[in-house]
Amino acid sequence: MITLLSILNRRVDLPLAGGLAVLCVLGLVVLFSASGESTEVLISQVIRIGIGIFVMLSIAQLPPSALLRIGPILYVSGILLLITVAFWGDGQGARRWIDLGYIRFQPSEILKLAVPIVTAAIVSNRSLPPSARGLLLCVLVIFLPVILIYFQPDLGTAILVALSGLIIIFLGGISWRIIRYSSFLLCCFAPVAWYFIRDYQKQRILTLFAPERDPLGAGYHIIQSKIAIGSGGTYGKGWLNGTQSHLEFLPERATDFIFAVYCEEFGFVGVLVLFMAYALVVIRSIVILYDAQDTFSRLLGGAIIFTFVSYVFVNIGMVVGLLPVVGVPLPLISYGGTSMVTILGSFGILMSIQTHKKFYANV
Amino acid sequence: MCVVFVLVALGLVVRLFYLQIQNNEHFSTRSLENRIKIEPLVPARGLIFSRNGKLIAGNSTSFSLVAIPEKIDDMKASLDRLGEKLGLDEAQLEQSLISYKGKSFEKHVLKANLTEKEAAIFAANRFQFPGVSVIPNSSRYYPLGEEMAHVLGYVGRIRSEELKDLDEANYRGTRLIGKTGIEGSLEPLLHGTSGYQRVEVNAEGRVIRVVERRASIPGENIQLTIDADLQSEAFKALSGKVGAIVAIDPNNGEILVAMSNPSFDPNLFVNGITQKQYDALIHSKDRGLFNRFLRGQYPPGSIIKPIVALGALEAGIKRHDVNVFCPGFFRLTEDGRPYRCWAKEGHGNVNMTASIVRSCDVYYYSLAKKFGIQGLHDSLTLFGLGEKTGVNLPGEKAGLVPSVDWKREKLGKSWYEGETLISGIGQGFMLATPMQLAYATSILASKGDAKTPHLFRASKHNFLDEINLPQSDSATVVLKNQNNWDLVREAMVQVVHGRSGTARSSKLANGIIFAGKTGTAQVSSVDRELELQPDEIPVHLRDHSLFVGYAPAENPAIAIAVVIENGGSGSRVAAPIAKRVVDKFFAGKSKILTSRNK
Repeated sequence: MITLLSILNRRVDLPLAGGLAVLCVLGLVVLFSASGESTEVLISQVIRIGIGIFVMLSIAQLPPSALLRIGPILYVSGILLLITVAFWGDGQGARRWIDLGYIRFQPSEILKLAVPIVTAAIVSNRSLPPSARGLLLCVLVIFLPVILIYFQPDLGTAILVALSGLIIIFLGGISWRIIRYSSFLLCCFAPVAWYFIRDYQKQRILTLFAPERDPLGAGYHIIQSKIAIGSGGTYGKGWLNGTQSHLEFLPERATDFIFAVYCEEFGFVGVLVLFMAYALVVIRSIVILYDAQDTFSRLLGGAIIFTFVSYVFVNIGMVVGLLPVVGVPLPLISYGGTSMVTILGSFGILMSIQTHKKFYANV
Repeated sequence: MCVVFVLVALGLVVRLFYLQIQNNEHFSTRSLENRIKIEPLVPARGLIFSRNGKLIAGNSTSFSLVAIPEKIDDMKASLDRLGEKLGLDEAQLEQSLISYKGKSFEKHVLKANLTEKEAAIFAANRFQFPGVSVIPNSSRYYPLGEEMAHVLGYVGRIRSEELKDLDEANYRGTRLIGKTGIEGSLEPLLHGTSGYQRVEVNAEGRVIRVVERRASIPGENIQLTIDADLQSEAFKALSGKVGAIVAIDPNNGEILVAMSNPSFDPNLFVNGITQKQYDALIHSKDRGLFNRFLRGQYPPGSIIKPIVALGALEAGIKRHDVNVFCPGFFRLTEDGRPYRCWAKEGHGNVNMTASIVRSCDVYYYSLAKKFGIQGLHDSLTLFGLGEKTGVNLPGEKAGLVPSVDWKREKLGKSWYEGETLISGIGQGFMLATPMQLAYATSILASKGDAKTPHLFRASKHNFLDEINLPQSDSATVVLKNQNNWDLVREAMVQVVHGRSGTARSSKLANGIIFAGKTGTAQVSSVDRELELQPDEIPVHLRDHSLFVGYAPAENPAIAIAVVIENGGSGSRVAAPIAKRVVDKFFAGKSKILTSRNK
């Protein structure tokens, strides 16, 4: 039995897999309640998780060096798909889906993996900290897909893809001077950006500061979400007993606002449990990162952890009314996240870093 | 980075502690009291009328039977009873529920468009069906169907991608949105402003009373410039043909007729077109969805001759009384290839007037050679060719007036003089939409004082700024010599009224003077090269038949352009159709008849 486990552990990182499993199970439990006890929803989520696990385990079997090779292919095909999507049809409305009959997927999801891989490859291939030319190349690699995604238009995903690449430059070591300058530029640019973002985006930012100004829309979400969370108290109202969700006061309760359902039914104690599960996954990932033997793995792993944690923070920050309402799902918990596969896939990369390191060590 | 993670996580925990432990009492109370729901009140969409007050886009209310699966204990039994009571096919009900593999707490449509009787029966037996209800939907209908399809466009269900670009608060609850045509371009006007009501609900979610209400503001009713009767006549005149008709009032740019045939039934799109119906439309041979008057780009052929002649007069390239001899062909050099005139035997000596009346090609080859492609380009551009007219409809095409620069840029090739020659008769690269041709004709008719063509006539509050109606007072085209307008007009009158005019069989009823120009635009070169008879040529290679005109010549009230795809000769096909529509226009307006005494 112990040998079996150790063999398995050589192929799959068990602590990490355990943490992810806890999160997925918690997710299914709360989803069942949030969806109004719908088995259909539950089953389709289980299928998504299944596909995600398959992708994760497959990636875990590849050595990081294989990722280095696959990365550019993934990147180029992702870009080509983005362009295809952009030019398909008569161009009415936003186009970001590719329809393969049974499966519909967004090419931008591919780039969420490909951009950090390629950026990490570039940065790690040169001496650290990256030279000006290396930096320029990275910026190019990052912003080509970002611009394409931005014009789909999908500002949220564009920002996330940009961040996943930029964090690698940051981790690769970049002088504080450049960071200071870019932050300064960013601050100057913010008021200008106000004129460029769309009306609905402005609405959401304004709503954050005054939820009552849009009682039908995002403001309503926030108000109802806060009531759901607050009324949960220390121990919660109990599974399937949340009135806010079951009487339909809480919108988007199975997707973006599922955390509010969780808080209502499981209370502050439940929140601490969920946070611990997330912490387990993140801490284990960071440990893997510290053990990683090459720069590429370290940079890529860092980006993956950073992206994952940002998702969690942004979603929860939004649900508790600290951030504007943006369409970011809670990783591994929200229903219908097309990102389920991407997220599990990225943990596959972390597993690959971990297991193959051991393999080299044994040799 | 880890420090940041920990700090943010701590921040969130503190926030949750604040909400859940510290303020638990407050929120628990609010949760218990949370029986107030907010429902959107959807504004009624603005109605659309024709210029003669006929309703061309209206609203209707239909009722749908909806079910919330999670509120139904025994779905099978419930559907059974529903089927029995309402006389509906139970299997079909089940099917419609299965096809919505959505969330069980949402309303799913069991059957749309209930009949009044079905709705009444259901209302009487409502207590038997918890979780099932009948909801009213406002829907759109287009009484004139195909006749107005390309002008009005249609509304359809909002797609989630479209929602992203809309003001969410205003569109909450709105089901239909303008997709194309006037419905699309005047969407902000037609939609109105959404209201809401706060209602108290019981534990089942049923409304007990209305607490607060802010009524919605209905969309604007608007009147279009389209003359419904004339449009109808145009529709009939085009029946069985593929083409387009545009008629404009040259005095103010109001579009009286804009018809593209074949057309489609816009009502199909309102409540979701089935894949089969859509495929049928898309794959039909003549593409009914294609808006020919706005997006169809055709070689204008001889239609441009009056404009080219006017340009040459103004530029001093050609005097109107100097003859060109037409032997039936034109050569650039002694032994160059012959550029043929449509009349094989030639026109003999032709002055400018005769060149328009008899549509002599050789005259324009020789003129074009002197004028050069830039001269042609500038004259035609002045009349709005090669650029969008700016009519308030989405998707307009700009046509094409070629130039040396254009060819170098787009094709990477240099310009040949032979191409200048065929540009002189509106062939070669040149393309124009029926809308552009009508606009150019209205410029000719108004002696340069035309307004941008538009479809919006009036609404209760005139939102002129919002829809960008051009309000320029200055003339579009100013000539150095005003007499040149009259010279060209006289020639165009002779086209219809002269003994050798190409449209002499299309005179108007009641002696109204009609100024016009025919065009027969080549699609391919087979007919002239092989000298085939018209009916020996495959249909899709036959010439396009064109006609433009305005009437009454002295004081024009209507300018018209007709394009019939692969229709053959302009004088035989397009001109009689134009005559038919213009006759109908004057049939009710005996006052403005101005007969010419000559």
